[in-house]
Amino acid sequence: MKKVIDILQELRPEFDFTTNEDYIEDGMLDSFDVVSLVSMMDKEYGISIKGREIVPENFSSLAKIQALVKKYGVTDEV
Amino acid sequence: MVRLVTDYLEATAKKYPNKPAFVDEHSVLTFCELRDSAKRIATSLIKAGLFKKPIAVALGQSVQAVVAFLGAAYAGCFYTPLDTDMPESRIRKILETLEPGAVITNTAYSEKMASAFNDQKQILIYDDILQQKPNEELVDNIQKRLIDTDVLYVLFTSGSTGTPKGVIIGHRSVIDYIDWVEETFHVDSGSVLGNQAPFYFDNSVLDIYSTLKNGATAYIIPRKCFAFPIRLLEYVRDKKINTVFWVPSVLTQIANYDLLDECEIDCLHTVLFAGEVMPTRQLNMWRKRLPSALFANLYGPTEITVDCTYYVANRVLSDAEPVPIGIPCRNSDILVLNEKDELVHSDEKGELCVRGTSLAYGYYKNPEKTAEVFVQNPLNPYYPEKIYRTGDIVHYNERGELIYDGRKDFQIKHLGHRIELGEIETAAASLPPVKMACCLFDAAKDQIILCYVGDIAAKELREKLMSLVPEYMVPKRYEQLDLMPLNLNGKMDRVKLKEMLVRS
Repeated sequence: MKKVIDILQELRPEFDFTTNEDYIEDGMLDSFDVVSLVSMMDKEYGISIKGREIVPENFSSLAKIQALVKKYGVTDEV
Repeated sequence: MVRLVTDYLEATAKKYPNKPAFVDEHSVLTFCELRDSAKRIATSLIKAGLFKKPIAVALGQSVQAVVAFLGAAYAGCFYTPLDTDMPESRIRKILETLEPGAVITNTAYSEKMASAFNDQKQILIYDDILQQKPNEELVDNIQKRLIDTDVLYVLFTSGSTGTPKGVIIGHRSVIDYIDWVEETFHVDSGSVLGNQAPFYFDNSVLDIYSTLKNGATAYIIPRKCFAFPIRLLEYVRDKKINTVFWVPSVLTQIANYDLLDECEIDCLHTVLFAGEVMPTRQLNMWRKRLPSALFANLYGPTEITVDCTYYVANRVLSDAEPVPIGIPCRNSDILVLNEKDELVHSDEKGELCVRGTSLAYGYYKNPEKTAEVFVQNPLNPYYPEKIYRTGDIVHYNERGELIYDGRKDFQIKHLGHRIELGEIETAAASLPPVKMACCLFDAAKDQIILCYVGDIAAKELREKLMSLVPEYMVPKRYEQLDLMPLNLNGKMDRVKLKEMLVRS
């Protein structure tokens, strides 16, 4: 199973997602990226993230995205 | 009589001087301030000796961009909005064709502009030229020399060959269009518009000039709202936006994410959309949520000033039925011509051609491309009369409404049948698990390919399609995608899809 960091890297290879920057505020993920990320996570982890949870706060860092995935019952290390 | 779009602003600034006209993330501009700022820009341009010259504007999606457009108009020049996110090579191509008298930009984009534009002294920084005191007399004298057929803007559309084409639109065409928008959708001073369309995309013409004419207020919705649809709905709710003109993909996404019931958006009373095909199923979800709102599908290429036909959704449409593009806008005439250049009969398919004040003057510095599509009306051998050939294939349904079938370039010959790929896409998109569908044709293998997003296996999808379209139209190859590639305007990117398929 791919990890969240791999998916992010696949999406935008030009950025380093291990930094402490805010993915959204600092423009690392744009509107299409977020849409893409949601559907890639759907495919990878079999989770469909609810529209009301697609908000900047849940996508601003690696830890936040991992927490979101866990919230949908994924128990493996992501 | 209104002769120029600046006449709108003159009248509205008198009537509603202190009413907010345009609002973005950082600033609010009243009609009076808008008029004053635009005249400062105009005075700078006039003093620089620019008249009837193209002015490129690279100010992103901001109120300053609107000021610059109107500044150019007051100076008797015409403007071209540049997409600041575009690759530099494309900006360079546009500037090479346009040879602008000036590029108005700000410090955020000035570096990019400087490397794309050779004439450095013609790069004007917005904040600098805004310091210029407005000279009313100077501006008035220029305005007196203008006529309604003078050019207002040149918008560049992506040419299929990769060289952008600059569509030239005059004041008169915009005034004609905005009159129609006002009377058809009842835009007035109570209208609160939520702008989604980037300024380099001509849907934004409705937002800008309806606001100017009617003394409405336009909110330029921050880009980041489109990454988070729930934020977009909250923005609509908080700003009490009642009128929107968006691309279908934005509406579709909100419906697909089940967000319609998540937010109080009853303020919305007019929902207009254009730019690509609106899937009927998602439209029905919206209509169910906002039963008393007006929903209208608008259709038209940039070459005829935003829209030339429209359909107000006022009857029940089944999910499998395409949303019509409807009937001609007032003062536009539609000719549907078959291959013999004769008007079609009953439900025969043909190319949609347009006649009217709305027609562009052609493509900037491109007489060859202009002559290909702005042609003499083949039904009139008696005197010069231009029509624009859209390249879109349509037919009339039994109600006399126009139905969009697809691009002429997407019309294929397969197993001896003439097929519109768009028709297959509409059928596939009507099936609930399918979120998006795009159909391609591999001419070498004589094979129809369906690319789709949605939780359904190819085999099942194929079986369901068998009951919706004739067998010869059922795609042979299926590609399930995680996501549909979209181009800068938010439309499905067929070029990219083709590349992806070739690679796989």
